[in-house]
Amino acid sequence: MATQQTRSLARFMMAPSVILLFIWMIVPLVFTLWFSFLQYNPLNPIRDGFVWFANYKLFYSNPAFLQSILNTLTIVVSVLAITVIGGILLALLLDQPIWGQGFVRILVISPFFVMPPVAALVWKNMIMHPQYGVFADIARFFGANPIDWFGQHPLTAVILIVAWQWLPFATLILLTSLQSLDGEQKEAAEMDGAGFLSRFWYLTLPHMSRAITVVILIQTIFLLSVYAEILVTTNGGPGYASTNLPFLVYQKALLEFKIGQASAGGVIAVILANIVAFFVMRAVGRNLDK
Amino acid sequence: MARAVTTQHKTIATVAAWVVALLIFFPILYTIITSFKSEQEAIQGFALIPSGTTESYSEVQAQSGYFKFFLNSVILSVGSTVLALIVAVPAAWSMAFSPTKRTKDILMWMLSTKMMPAVAVLFPIYLIFRDTGLLDSRIGLTVMLMLINLPIVVWMLYTYFREIPGEILEAARMDGASLWNEIIYVLTPMAVPGIASTMLLNIILAWNEAFWTIRLTTTEAAPLTAFISSFSSPQGLFWAKLSAASTLAIAPILIMGWFSQKQLVRGLTFGAVK
Repeated sequence: MATQQTRSLARFMMAPSVILLFIWMIVPLVFTLWFSFLQYNPLNPIRDGFVWFANYKLFYSNPAFLQSILNTLTIVVSVLAITVIGGILLALLLDQPIWGQGFVRILVISPFFVMPPVAALVWKNMIMHPQYGVFADIARFFGANPIDWFGQHPLTAVILIVAWQWLPFATLILLTSLQSLDGEQKEAAEMDGAGFLSRFWYLTLPHMSRAITVVILIQTIFLLSVYAEILVTTNGGPGYASTNLPFLVYQKALLEFKIGQASAGGVIAVILANIVAFFVMRAVGRNLDK
Repeated sequence: MARAVTTQHKTIATVAAWVVALLIFFPILYTIITSFKSEQEAIQGFALIPSGTTESYSEVQAQSGYFKFFLNSVILSVGSTVLALIVAVPAAWSMAFSPTKRTKDILMWMLSTKMMPAVAVLFPIYLIFRDTGLLDSRIGLTVMLMLINLPIVVWMLYTYFREIPGEILEAARMDGASLWNEIIYVLTPMAVPGIASTMLLNIILAWNEAFWTIRLTTTEAAPLTAFISSFSSPQGLFWAKLSAASTLAIAPILIMGWFSQKQLVRGLTFGAVK
């Protein structure tokens, strides 16, 4: 069926997408790579010049850079742990026969549709505020001292907010996967006298493994670039306590105009993302062959 | 044999599920409640029953011109989605109906562009926008959001189009349908649901995009993400107003989101989980 004509028509139909994405991917990235080898400060152009890897050396000589990478990884790993474990438990619960399941699903999925600045502001002011927040009200009710979340535990606070945003995503995907589990298999296992735990371990979990992988990989892509939540709540502070790599790059580029350093940070971010991307592609690609 | 479900089991599961669901939803619920309080009430400690005043809503509009930001959000999210569809529909179409051995590679490559962290290109993009006068312009940002979501749009459309059975096309051709008739009468009706779902999910994603929309705008093109972020600067405790602004910013997308749950799973997992 694929004549010469249809083939060239197909190429013509694909061209705009491919060309646009190619430009979008290559042009800025080449700039960033080039800038990362420069000392480049638009506010102080006299000292500009080519400095080879000096900007990259900051990543093990400057504590702020090292900490930003550590914070990035802490956010990714903690949020993944909370959302995957929480998501599995929630999916198991929502998979039970319950009254009002549709409505419960709507309530659970909702945080995912809240734009990041709103999520961050609501948590900052109404939930975690040391004086007027709901957590403070609860603490006082039990006679405890309210916690100053953003002063004392800034990174934990950011992690909680981001986890709240992504828990619905994990739950929804794991629930979708759970619902495709064959009911007869479950019954057979039950008849054979398998308890809840062994049923979960030998039947449910293996069935969900693919969905869990997908959740982990896709969330990682987004979690590596958490930005608005930090901007709105802690602004990276106190000090660099809640600065992750994207936030550091933003500070260096648009506040301090240290373009060389910011670009080196950007290149490191690309490398981190690519390590994850490699595994995402493998997981998704396997599915394409079916 | 259907599994016997005891009423007791169902009751316990129902109570547990509702408690957890309400806890997760609580921050949103409390925001909506607070938006109907006066500023005075809002800081007087925990209370679930508001006085029902709507003064915060009118003040948000009066003081900050909320509607302009809302309009920008609509223009940016709908505009970028429509642009993306115009570019992506032909591409997804040709990949689904006349695949070559490179189709898979192209799809994977498109997906890989989605994985590039935004910060990596922050400054070059900023420079390009500044030098071309696109900073704080709706056109620049619309194109930007279009490019960000293009891979997802192509992918989603592709997974939908691929499910349209090729036999139907052949049958139409046998019956003597021209290519044009084939597209209008056979393919379009089958493709519309897929295109609509793709559109819905991408409007949501574009509406909530909170990196470029904040960094590349100041006033003119600023959408709700930028407007809400401006509340983070200390300006006293205006919580009722903050709540009203937040409620307005999330309400339309929340409702759209409820309708797009299924597509969300498919769109964001690139068809890996259905």
